[in-house]
Amino acid sequence: MATVTFDNIKKRFGPTEVIKGVSLDVADGEFIVIVGPSGCGKSTLLRMVAGLETISEGELRIGNRRANDLEPMDRDIAMVFQNYALYPHMSVAQNMGYGLRIAGLPKAEIAAKVQDAAKLLQLTELLDRKPRQLSGGQRQRVAMGRAIVRAPSVFLFDEPLSNLDAKLRVQMRLEIRELQAKLGITSLYVTHDQVEAMTMADRMIVMNAGRAEQIGTPLDVYERPATLFAAQFIGSPSMNVLEGEGREGALWLGAARLPNPTGHRGPVMLGLRPEHLVPDPEGPIAMQVQLAEPLGANTLLHGKLEAGQGFTASLPGVHTVAHGGEILRLGIKPENMHLFDRATGLRLG
Amino acid sequence: MAREITGMVERRGLGLWLTHLGMIAGVLVIFFPIWLAFVASTVTQPEIVRPPMPLWPGDQLIENYTAALFSGVNVPVLSMLGNSLIMAVGIAVGKIIISLTSAFAIVYFRFPGRNMFFWLIFLTLMLPVEVRIVPTYEVIAGFGMLNSYQGLIFPLVASATATFLFRQFFLTVPDELAEAARVDGASPMQFFRDILLPMSRTNIAALFVILFIYGWNQYLWPLLITTDPSMNTIVMGIRQMFPSGDDVADWPVIMATSILAMIPPVVVVISMQKLFIRGLVDSEK
Repeated sequence: MATVTFDNIKKRFGPTEVIKGVSLDVADGEFIVIVGPSGCGKSTLLRMVAGLETISEGELRIGNRRANDLEPMDRDIAMVFQNYALYPHMSVAQNMGYGLRIAGLPKAEIAAKVQDAAKLLQLTELLDRKPRQLSGGQRQRVAMGRAIVRAPSVFLFDEPLSNLDAKLRVQMRLEIRELQAKLGITSLYVTHDQVEAMTMADRMIVMNAGRAEQIGTPLDVYERPATLFAAQFIGSPSMNVLEGEGREGALWLGAARLPNPTGHRGPVMLGLRPEHLVPDPEGPIAMQVQLAEPLGANTLLHGKLEAGQGFTASLPGVHTVAHGGEILRLGIKPENMHLFDRATGLRLG
Repeated sequence: MAREITGMVERRGLGLWLTHLGMIAGVLVIFFPIWLAFVASTVTQPEIVRPPMPLWPGDQLIENYTAALFSGVNVPVLSMLGNSLIMAVGIAVGKIIISLTSAFAIVYFRFPGRNMFFWLIFLTLMLPVEVRIVPTYEVIAGFGMLNSYQGLIFPLVASATATFLFRQFFLTVPDELAEAARVDGASPMQFFRDILLPMSRTNIAALFVILFIYGWNQYLWPLLITTDPSMNTIVMGIRQMFPSGDDVADWPVIMATSILAMIPPVVVVISMQKLFIRGLVDSEK
């Protein structure tokens, strides 16, 4: 159990800076999800915490102890890898107990700890199997078990669910979250899946091109995205972004007149989440519907606005589209409108 | 439906028979000289010399083999077998140890000149033993290793081929395994011993077979550096059994020696074959 502090951490590979200064205080027992597109540096950041990559600049503290130059084993961390990285020739029990064996614990104690962890993860029946005799979900559990058995103060997860099928992913997501809550171990979890980020995180870091775009609770990020990038990355389907012009008392999207929630004047980027749009015969937005994707509970409508920009709306219930494209008028509440600076992408208001 | 299947089985049966016939014929052709050697090792000297050559084993089997094993022509075959065994096992084990560790160094450690070392090792692949045999002889003679096991083994122990093979295998081992071991607190040598070595088990077995036979069949090198008959290896020893000048060759004993020389490689291949197959069946990756 420990806090983790990132103090302006940077990473350079030769002349290219891949992490451009990340600062964060992780509280004891907190579940932090680092989310971003591939190549944004999220895995590098995690590997720096693990000690698998060196830190070029800045300071990393684990439990108030400077960890920059510690070996991975001395950092009191455990890591779950994307491909599980189970030792193929060892049984489940040996895999879980290997770290303890290296640490020189007596055999009986190792066996007891492995038993406890196995019981927690419902692996007791599988302890004698080899990894290749296990299903993906079971391997995932063994990888978790290997991490738990050492009772570390920080858990690191590197996209642990990306190799599982969709249904299992949902189940494991819950299991990991439950387990972490039960054990109360500080966790850093890397994923590219914004649904995982939303559902699991106490707080999340949205990363883009080596920078933390926003750090906050999932709902915070969803409701008040700090940047255009965070706004588009979080939420599914992703937010519609349109160029608008703020004027006195109104926001103009071409010829469409919307309320101006911030009173900002001048060119802006306007973000509208598809699920916040409501059908409204008087609504300012006119969309020519081209394609409907019924998802059961709701329907995604894809189409174009008058000026030709692509636009998506998510409406509850089932909607069908007449061939050729009807015009659908939509409205939105002012509090659901997100305004961003057109040059910097930063949130306005 | 049922008829169709029978028809297919019949056609396939015929093909099967034909291929088997071809194979059996091939085996007979290859096996015939070995059979002749075996027959020659069971008859008396006059029976061999007198045409026609006998085609069925005689009654001298025990006598000839006892003579070969315990007295031989110059030196008992038993001691030559022992020398060959030590040399072949020494070369195979030495090559495996050296190539495993050097491949480990090249794949898992970053040190100055790493690539250069790899290419230097790789380059020696192009130099067969015979090319460097004179300087090697000089070195071994200088160390006073003529007529010794060290002299037989050391010059043949470095192996570019095996290093290259292990390097390729280590490159296929996911990096995450090494990282997991690091996080688990394993030192590099612990990772090598606990994870890499067990994973290379089947590769090691395969290489052992190849290298054992390579060592066993060495001819030129032992011929050069062993002058003392008690250090002769069996493959070169057979040649030494041929008489010089007008002496009569003791063919039954020479043939018995040839048959004896064939047994250990065959045993190694057959016993290791089980490991091969197990390695193939439960692939561990």
